[in-house]
Amino acid sequence: MFQHDRLNNELTFWQKVKELDYILLISIFLLSILSLFVMYSTDGGEILFHTKSHFSKIVVFFPLMILIAFFNIRWWHNLSYLFYIAVILLLIYVSFFGIKSSGSRRWMDLYLFNLQPSELMKIAIILCLAKYYHRVKIENVNSVTSIMTVITIILIPIIMVLSQPDLGTSILIALSGLIVLWLGGVKIKYFIYSFIVFLISLPFVISFLKPYQKLRILTFLDPDRDPLGAGYQIIQSKIAIGSGGLEGKGFLKGTQSYLDFLPEKHTDFIFTLFSEEFGFIGSVGLLILYSIIIIRILRIGAISRSNFSRLFCFGFAFAIFIYIVVNLSMVLGLLPIVGSPLPIMSYGGSSMLATMIGFGIVLSAKINHKQMIA
Amino acid sequence: MISGNSGIRKTDVINRRMFIIGAAKVIIFTGIIARLFSLQVNENKKYLTLSDKNRIREWKLPPIRGDIVDYFGNVIAGNLKVYQLHIIPEQVENFNYLLTRLKTLLNLSDKKIEKIVKSKNKLKPWESIIVSENLSWSDFLKINNYLYDLVGVKPVMTISRNYPFSETYTHILGYVSQPNEEEILANETVQERFVPGMKIGKLGLEKTLENYLIGTNAIQRYEVNAYGKRINQLEHQKGKQGLRVRLTVDTEVQKACGKLLNDRAGSISVMDIYTGDIIAMYSSPSYDPNKFLFGISNDDWSLIRNNPLKPLVNKTLAGLYSPGSTIKPIVALSALENKIVSPSFKVKCTGKMELYGQTFHCWKEKGHGFVSLKNAMKQSCDTYFYEVARLLGVDRLNVTAEKFGLGKKVLGDYFDFEKSGLFPNTKWKKNNLGKGWVLGETLITGIGQGYTQTTPLQLCLMTAQIANGGYSIKPRIIVDNNAVSFEEAKNKFEEGSSFSEEKKLFENPKNIKIVQEAMFSSTNELYGTSYKSRIDDPKYQFAGKTGTAQVKRISMRERELDLKIEQIPYKDRDHALFVAYGPYINPRYALSVIVEHGGSGSKTAAPIAKELFKLIIDRNDLRNKQKNFEEIEI
Repeated sequence: MFQHDRLNNELTFWQKVKELDYILLISIFLLSILSLFVMYSTDGGEILFHTKSHFSKIVVFFPLMILIAFFNIRWWHNLSYLFYIAVILLLIYVSFFGIKSSGSRRWMDLYLFNLQPSELMKIAIILCLAKYYHRVKIENVNSVTSIMTVITIILIPIIMVLSQPDLGTSILIALSGLIVLWLGGVKIKYFIYSFIVFLISLPFVISFLKPYQKLRILTFLDPDRDPLGAGYQIIQSKIAIGSGGLEGKGFLKGTQSYLDFLPEKHTDFIFTLFSEEFGFIGSVGLLILYSIIIIRILRIGAISRSNFSRLFCFGFAFAIFIYIVVNLSMVLGLLPIVGSPLPIMSYGGSSMLATMIGFGIVLSAKINHKQMIA
Repeated sequence: MISGNSGIRKTDVINRRMFIIGAAKVIIFTGIIARLFSLQVNENKKYLTLSDKNRIREWKLPPIRGDIVDYFGNVIAGNLKVYQLHIIPEQVENFNYLLTRLKTLLNLSDKKIEKIVKSKNKLKPWESIIVSENLSWSDFLKINNYLYDLVGVKPVMTISRNYPFSETYTHILGYVSQPNEEEILANETVQERFVPGMKIGKLGLEKTLENYLIGTNAIQRYEVNAYGKRINQLEHQKGKQGLRVRLTVDTEVQKACGKLLNDRAGSISVMDIYTGDIIAMYSSPSYDPNKFLFGISNDDWSLIRNNPLKPLVNKTLAGLYSPGSTIKPIVALSALENKIVSPSFKVKCTGKMELYGQTFHCWKEKGHGFVSLKNAMKQSCDTYFYEVARLLGVDRLNVTAEKFGLGKKVLGDYFDFEKSGLFPNTKWKKNNLGKGWVLGETLITGIGQGYTQTTPLQLCLMTAQIANGGYSIKPRIIVDNNAVSFEEAKNKFEEGSSFSEEKKLFENPKNIKIVQEAMFSSTNELYGTSYKSRIDDPKYQFAGKTGTAQVKRISMRERELDLKIEQIPYKDRDHALFVAYGPYINPRYALSVIVEHGGSGSKTAAPIAKELFKLIIDRNDLRNKQKNFEEIEI
């Protein structure tokens, strides 16, 4: 065991700076700047509330990300369970004392901004499970105790978030958790079995859905069913994206958003506005930027010596990918509308905080990629 | 502690599984890009259109109707600037407050307010409600002064139809007014171009020529936001004014007709005997079409509707009259053509004629003695024509009469209310009344009584076709691109031979000449029925035939009384008729005059013709200077 001590030595500050992944850092920075421009456009070409607020969040959370990066990955490994428990406690707090808005209790007032603990859970679940699979013996991965443990870890937050109610976020938490299970080596047949069980139970699940959620599914299947009601968002979103064309209508010239045809253009439908103004070329450009980020994270995972770093990076990369896919599929009319923000681009402090924490830990993993974790 | 071996095995598992989902990621991203491509590149046009439909809203403005002008280019149906008051509901903050303010400012009636509320509920919030279509200048100023207090009110300057000669042309032009739903649906062009406040032709040429006159809408395109609020104007597409339509009528003559009839019930038609151009077509009494533009008041409407002289009926086209003695030229011509009589054939008139125990009276109780065709026509001897008709038979008479245009519509489809009249024959009676023809009916048909019904314009056409030498002409009221000058037509008629049988209405030109001479003598020789109305100056000299059409059968008692016209109740008085053409040398114009219940043709109708001929012939040179075609295809 001693041969590893050399590698486990603390790096100096300048060594850490040198070890930062600059391509990832620059990509994130570019994405942040781009998100500011898009936010400026949603404000109708003026620096108004959303632009200012988004800017201040970037100013706070970007340095926070770098701060996190400078802590040794072992710290985060050690804190993983604690972080998970803390977020669970926050979820409990929110379910009793949270701010109620449009029918659901998701937020807590943090004075500076309203924190949505369920967003933090998206990171916490990956951290927690990464640590679990880092520690459990490969032989025991598929034991009953192990399976029961991880299912409990995933189910607790999902049930809490569902009860808020917040279907979108709970799906994303579930998917984030499941991917770590997959990476951790849970047998493929278990996934297949549970998928079959899921399909069979789907009608029962649907019967438990709230009326507005059922409506969303019906609307997804046929948006023209009620073009001015439930189908309005998705129809207007498709019109905006489609009318953008190859090159887009130009910055600040998106008529759909400028004339208020787009719903929730600051948050879940931010891509719609972006795509209307920057067209197919811009949209593909944005996807390439996201791809670079994902690939860099995967690479950091691949070079990491510790399985914790590897599991977290792979899991987080996949989570980012899922957020993007779910959001884009939704605005492109490929999935029913579930609330899911586009990482960094969408307005919303909690989502950005969670994403930046994730990036921070990934950067920390990069700096300490040679480090083993006991 | 984890054994190194286990750690490496675990790393392998993680890497392998990462690879699998890495591949899935690529596939999913490709799918998303494909979807983006299909929306943004393949279906771009569709969504662009949808996006424009979202954001661009069009406001159509009422089209500007084409002018209608007379032969000399004077506007007889034009457009006038008017001030209107519109409300745009979506801009109104407090509808009830606005209505009470407007009510006091403009003295609106409760009914009007009710109407506004009703139309507000019917229209879309961005469509304007028209509160007042024709605001007086002082009201317009008042509104502008209080505009700060009247949010959502829009004073508008717009264009409205106007008939500068008011009642002069009503029966030709008709009028425009707000259409009802049925009328909008009946005409596709109207349906397409309709905007609230637009007016369409309701009657006459305004109705018939709707699609030519209507014009195209000016279009204002505004960008609107999701709530329908106008953000900015994108473009203003000017509309095209409707086509200008030039009529063959002469305003001076038309006005004179109105003056001469002087609100008596009746009609005057004047026609060019070569080109068929209608110089005037006046039905009296008339009414002011301008009153209909903004909705006629109930009082005005009942005044027009209840007038016993029936101003709403176009008597020239839809008034049916017994032609009376004005039919005699046709009877004479028919007899000559069928070689029943010769010009020297004489009949002894004793004042009456007995047939199967029935007595048929001549208008002159003492009788005319022996009369030839010319004298019979001159003095309008009924006995002569009884005899001629008896010899000729109604069927042969019918052939000639129909050739000359009786029993057929004159202007075709231009006026849907035009009546075709009737000239009877034996077959008609059998088919329609189910009874056999009686010889007595032939006799009275010979003097233009009985079943015969003609419109004044038919009589005018009949006279014109006798005057031009017996050639068929096609009357027209709209100057079209069918350019036949009167000289051309005249030369052709004089050559005669170049015409097809269809256009030639006679067998022997001499017969026409005989009838013409007879008509000349009727006006210009002593004892002629219209001798008193003659003009000796050859420039204006005309030939004519009077007619006095009985409205009811004259009883023996009345015959003995021989009442003066003033002593007979209006409804029972005879219609006075006169047909004429002139100048006698080189004739050019034909006319027909009818004064309902005017008494005798010679006393009432012929003097009108005399006045008119002077004016018509004086304006002849002026008229000849105008081009007689227009680049318009109708």
